[in-house]
Amino acid sequence: MMNKQGRPSQPQSDNASKSFETFSGHRGLQQEEGIIFDRARSGETGVDLPIPGSRPSRLGGLERTEEIGLAGLSEPEAVRHYVRLSQKNYSIDTGFYPLGSCTMKHNPRLNEKVARLPGFADIHPLQPVQTVQGALEVIDTLAHWLKELTGMPAVAMSPKAGAHGELCGLMAIRAALEAQGDARKVVLVPESAHGTNPATAAQCGYAIKTIPAADDGLIHLDELKAQLNDEVAAVMLTNPNTCGLFERDIVAVADAVHAAGAYLYCDGANFNAIMGKVRPGDLGIDAMHINLHKTFSTPHGGGGPGAGPVVLSAALAPYAPVPYIVNEGDGYHVIETEEQSDVSPLGRMTAFYGQMGMFTRALTYAMSHGADGLRQVAEDAVLNANYVLAKLKDLFSAPFGDRCMHECLFDDAFLKDTGITTLDFAKAMIDEGYHPMTVYFPLVVHGAMLIEPTETESKETLDRFCQVMRSLALEAKDGQSDRFTQAPQYTPRRRLDETQAARNPVLRWLPPKSDDISPLQAAE
Amino acid sequence: MRYLPLNDQDRSDMLGVIGASTIDELFTDVPQDLLLRGDVNLPKAQGELDVERALSKMAAKNTVAGDVPFFIGAGAYRHHIPASVDHLIQRSEFLTAYTPYQPEISQGTLQALFEFQTQVAMLFDMDVANASLYDGSTACAEAVMMAHRVTRRSKAVLSGNLHPQYVDVVKTQSQYNNHDVVTNAAALTGDEDLISAIDEGTSCVVVQYPDVFGHIKDFTALADAAHEKKALLIVAVPEVVALGAIKSPGAMGADIVVGEGQSVGVGLNFGGPYLGLFATRQKYVRQMPGRVCGQTVDAEGKRGFVLTLSTREQHIRREKATSNICTNSGLCSLAFTIHMTLLGEAGLRRLAAINHQKAVQLAENLEHIDGVEILTPALFNEFAVRLSKPAAHIVDRLAEQNILAGVPASRLFTHGDAQDVLILAATETNTDEDITALVSALEEALS
Repeated sequence: MMNKQGRPSQPQSDNASKSFETFSGHRGLQQEEGIIFDRARSGETGVDLPIPGSRPSRLGGLERTEEIGLAGLSEPEAVRHYVRLSQKNYSIDTGFYPLGSCTMKHNPRLNEKVARLPGFADIHPLQPVQTVQGALEVIDTLAHWLKELTGMPAVAMSPKAGAHGELCGLMAIRAALEAQGDARKVVLVPESAHGTNPATAAQCGYAIKTIPAADDGLIHLDELKAQLNDEVAAVMLTNPNTCGLFERDIVAVADAVHAAGAYLYCDGANFNAIMGKVRPGDLGIDAMHINLHKTFSTPHGGGGPGAGPVVLSAALAPYAPVPYIVNEGDGYHVIETEEQSDVSPLGRMTAFYGQMGMFTRALTYAMSHGADGLRQVAEDAVLNANYVLAKLKDLFSAPFGDRCMHECLFDDAFLKDTGITTLDFAKAMIDEGYHPMTVYFPLVVHGAMLIEPTETESKETLDRFCQVMRSLALEAKDGQSDRFTQAPQYTPRRRLDETQAARNPVLRWLPPKSDDISPLQAAE
Repeated sequence: MRYLPLNDQDRSDMLGVIGASTIDELFTDVPQDLLLRGDVNLPKAQGELDVERALSKMAAKNTVAGDVPFFIGAGAYRHHIPASVDHLIQRSEFLTAYTPYQPEISQGTLQALFEFQTQVAMLFDMDVANASLYDGSTACAEAVMMAHRVTRRSKAVLSGNLHPQYVDVVKTQSQYNNHDVVTNAAALTGDEDLISAIDEGTSCVVVQYPDVFGHIKDFTALADAAHEKKALLIVAVPEVVALGAIKSPGAMGADIVVGEGQSVGVGLNFGGPYLGLFATRQKYVRQMPGRVCGQTVDAEGKRGFVLTLSTREQHIRREKATSNICTNSGLCSLAFTIHMTLLGEAGLRRLAAINHQKAVQLAENLEHIDGVEILTPALFNEFAVRLSKPAAHIVDRLAEQNILAGVPASRLFTHGDAQDVLILAATETNTDEDITALVSALEEALS
């Protein structure tokens, strides 16, 4: 069909036949974008600033005379650069992101709005405390929510992320033991633990011993008991664990740990599964960090920032780090130094108060859901994961039975003899428009695929996802390997050479004709 | 509930597929006597309007920096952030993405990190930078631990003019590893002897630049002395805008430079989230903590970016990792790199010049007041003054008049003769009227 000007108004039969390279390098909405240093000029700027005054300098002869080398862009160029970059990212808002252990739930925009209120965003941590009573109220109120939800009497709010919270918790344990004159040397960590657990224990000066997993994916209680002795300071457990299973022997574990004079640390990365359903304090846990960027919906931001407050048992509470907030009825006060404290703080984890911007978001989220909603969050998260497991278990290989908590784990047994790896399967999912699940973690199964749907996905999304996953599995079993080994095809970049990146690291741009280029290779 | 797409029909259909009759059948591994049968003792769900109202009420109880004459620094600085920065970091694809573990669908974050690392390395005059740590204080502690690994020694010598909260973080981090931390007393004049504290057991000397009282000085001789004893020089930069005006730490011989990146693009946020900057020499790169982005090619030979050198990191190396860090300050590093790209060389230099001029203007106005003595002869945008009355008292009194006058040194230093010392910062956000208001209020309070 043509309109009156002769413009075709329907696709012609040959419009769809073949693809070709474009002259521009762009592919329609997929815009190629060079790095800023390829084209920006050092004199250019996207910020209009007044001419500085001309008072006599007090720089004491330390002026920076050499060129820094920074590239500048005008505002329209800068905006386009970063918008184009953003379009090369997959995100929760783009589509389903079932990255196990990471709890990629919807990030409510009310949280963003509240965090940006000038009364929160534009206040300084060293303002007089009487001028920041509302900020301290936010921290104290969120602390109350976290304590109620976990059934723990105290919480250290300042840790900056999960791993930082682990460090804080282990330091509290060490401080408590040393206060009893009981220096212990060893921390026990299950094989299935996040890598941060052993890394944290090492950073706290402990030797690490690994507890093997039992055949059912749970902690091996007898192995644990066999390894417990008066050298063990703590056991670090994740519950629900990284196989997506609730450690059903948790109370027995806690009893054994305590009987040995040690403490039970819980990695709270998976708290989303049990929030409002069971309280870690009731399970005998002594310390647990809470990833506000997982359970409490603060955005992951491409790798952070997070926040990792740590709830503490009564035995550990006196060792919580500074700063902490007290309120004796006459407004909020801050204990900022160990000297001001009448207990025994382990020290200070960070300058200032911690991740205030995450506290405002997390409190907004918690208040939006309420006690009833948070319980529903946990139930729906567990329901969604079990639904995916139920829909996939006949074609995929589920090593630990047909029930799970908030995430379901498969191994690569179903890909045996296909020549297709877990990584290939993940890349094929990218072509299908999904973010892959977590792969090759936990380490206790071969070729792990860990799927965490979260509660913010609809049944319709899960149905379509499971249908695609089943189609992929059938295709793989059918020996159709190209779809996997050649994937991804429909992305801004095809598979990237990680070996070359590591062997010959190019970690920054350098001017092409730089003389001191030798240790680093200039970017093209 | 507005964030939960499942309805009761969905839930019951799904339970049917699973083969469970109630939701609690999915919680049977939880000790049944501990399973909560009702809700915890917290308020019920609320709509958007009510939540916003409640939080706004709390926000309204705070004195907003932008509403009053504001001269507080001491590790966090108030700067103007271009509107496009906050717009861009709120792009869904940046805001709601995870760590770029699948590089084919994370090139946006990765390329921005590559550009960020380049900018940080240039600012510090170092070979390489990482993809960020939590903040300046924890970056400082990580630098000390890295120096111990590099030198196989375990004693750190800390300047007395390193921000006391940074000192506390380093000490806290070191206390359980048999690492020694030697600290000097604070030096109000900026002159301290660190060289004589360096011996064969010293792994590193840590200085702050500009220091906590705003002093700027050349550390070249200190670097040489440290290197002579095979120790490293770590320089902590709390206010990176300064590096648009003053000599780089790299040019002075620093081996590791850490910084607080908050003042570019991030904002005050009552202390967090902030942005830990970390850079070092190429030869130490494999001892560096934190994620690093590197350039490579894809299967078609096109330039692309990946996270690399991950054999240093906890998810691969576990207890042998260089750090336990996982989540870092991704979105803050994005804000930093966007703001820095908008500034460019010319903009950063001008911004730094304006900041210095504002501080000089403030100093010139304050030094005429009876009872005010400037303690910082060479400075960037921050300096210390000795008052004729206790500084904390003066700050409280001015706060009642809605002037945020600075940080009393006694808030940071619990020991020593800091009672009458006030630390003030000025930036491009301070107007002439702000300075006039501060000067007259201070004159009155000191008279």
